[in-house]
Amino acid sequence: MAYYILKRLLAMIPTLLGVAVLIFLLLRVVPGDVVEARYMGEGGQFQSQELMQIERKKLGLDKPLWTQFVTWMWGIVRLDFGLSMWTGAPISEEIKLRFALSLQLALMASTIATLLAIPLGILAALKQDTWVDYAVRIFSISGLAMPSFWLGILLILGMLIIFKWLPPMVFTPLWVNPWDNLAQLIWPALAVGYRYCAVGTRMMRSTMLEVLREDYIRTARAKGLWMKLILTRHALKNAILPVLTVISLEFAFLLGGLVVTEQVFNLNGLGMLFVEGIARRDYTLTQALVLLVATAFLVVNFAVDIAYAWLDPRIRYR
Amino acid sequence: MTVTPHAIDELAGAGPRAGWLAAVLNFARRRPLGALGATVILLMVVLAASADVIAPYDPLATDYGAMLTAPGPGHWLGTDAFGRDVLSRMIYGSRTALMVGLGASLIGATLGSLIGVASAYFGGRVDLFVQRIMDVFFAFPVIILALAVVSILGTGVGNVILAIATPMVPRCARVVRSSALSVREMPYVDAARASGFGHRRIILRHMLPNVMAPILILGTAFLGEAILLESSLSFLGLGVTEPTAAWGLMLRGAAVEFAESAPWMAFFPGLAISLAVFGFNLFGDSLRDALDPRLRTQ
Repeated sequence: MAYYILKRLLAMIPTLLGVAVLIFLLLRVVPGDVVEARYMGEGGQFQSQELMQIERKKLGLDKPLWTQFVTWMWGIVRLDFGLSMWTGAPISEEIKLRFALSLQLALMASTIATLLAIPLGILAALKQDTWVDYAVRIFSISGLAMPSFWLGILLILGMLIIFKWLPPMVFTPLWVNPWDNLAQLIWPALAVGYRYCAVGTRMMRSTMLEVLREDYIRTARAKGLWMKLILTRHALKNAILPVLTVISLEFAFLLGGLVVTEQVFNLNGLGMLFVEGIARRDYTLTQALVLLVATAFLVVNFAVDIAYAWLDPRIRYR
Repeated sequence: MTVTPHAIDELAGAGPRAGWLAAVLNFARRRPLGALGATVILLMVVLAASADVIAPYDPLATDYGAMLTAPGPGHWLGTDAFGRDVLSRMIYGSRTALMVGLGASLIGATLGSLIGVASAYFGGRVDLFVQRIMDVFFAFPVIILALAVVSILGTGVGNVILAIATPMVPRCARVVRSSALSVREMPYVDAARASGFGHRRIILRHMLPNVMAPILILGTAFLGEAILLESSLSFLGLGVTEPTAAWGLMLRGAAVEFAESAPWMAFFPGLAISLAVFGFNLFGDSLRDALDPRLRTQ
């Protein structure tokens, strides 16, 4: 097991290196750079080329690509993300608060999704092919179909029209004022959570159906065990693993992938930071951001695999 | 993933000689939800194809005398901030959505399955290398990858199609590869190799047709997702650009600003997106159930 963990951890390094190379190159293929982005906005056509060259030199953009890459990588190894090319502030500072926001939103959305998905999925599986099953399936397929940003707009609109109330539009960290914080974040969490609950519900339903047909469930019933006991002790334990996997993997993507929802709710999360970063050609910031999101994804992936081996003794890794 | 004779029966209708009408009726009887999805898709295709005839107004025509008109006899679903007819823009929007959805899933599924089959066929180092590259793409959230491609290529329908196809390639490749791995061990592939056929012929003529079921399933699943992704990109202003009629674009800007006084602007295009994706998902689910007996619920 220890060997397996080590092997998996080491396998992350080439993937992350690949992510780093890919985003490094992608960003440099995008036309324009940070200096142009800055001066073009201020009637930059008249800005002298020399001045722009000086700016580029300050940022190290005049060096060859591989030097830039090695410098960046050397920083990453020492956990130094460098300075944002646009603001000049340390990237760790720029990302900190936004990461807190995105993390909290992702956690809330996943909690909502899990709490809804598991009972709904079980219910649908137990009542397979009845109206309950159809209702749950339509509920979950609708969740997949509705864009969460549209759901967000409808939520805001509904509150505005019915309660004449708008959620706070300025972010307050949880530790400053928990009430304001939750009053703002619960709505995007609901909009996003609904969508992910749909993914989980479908998974829960199908694994539950599969497990319920297993021999050991029949044996348990033949023994005359209560259905309730069979469900909680025998079926759920086996059926829930894939559901938790799906939800945790989605969680990793929620961290950086909520660009549109953040836009609707005016949240300055990691997703919006990425869009800003690209628009400003802020290479260092965008690179760090993508690497962070990719790392989060790989770590969650890894944690899920380890948890699997731990929870399911039938799985043994070499 | 294999296609059983039973599954083929189900797709082809009651018997080998039954006509297509019987096949359709049979599918509708066995899978009412799938038939519902197919109906929605059909409706969308008809709307998109006959947009020029059906749409009551020109989707691009501005009418500053009728800005933000509420739904009524003149404009059934109201007008937007430029006085453009919302219903007409929605009808033309189905054209954009279908074009992007079909284009992106076609490109994504084709490239992805070619990579997947080739990776499984060659195996060994090639396979390992391809899989590592796919891992890299997997570590990006879908929308981030699409946004990165759009910022390189620029906005517009064609570029949006490519941007949406990009994240689909690795996902398709992975699924198709796992199916192709079992196909590679089949005697007929050995036979083809023994007959001295080239790699290309074996991959395209012998292996690809036998992994068509998962490709078809993925392709339909991608369609709905592509429509959703297109609307997200357009909503951010990084997808299809004005004045083209696109659902995501209709939800942007004024639709949010005037949401309280003119809610129809935000409501109807979102409904169209949801309905379209709903239709494709329902149909895709039924197709999966029909083609993949392992996932069947009965």
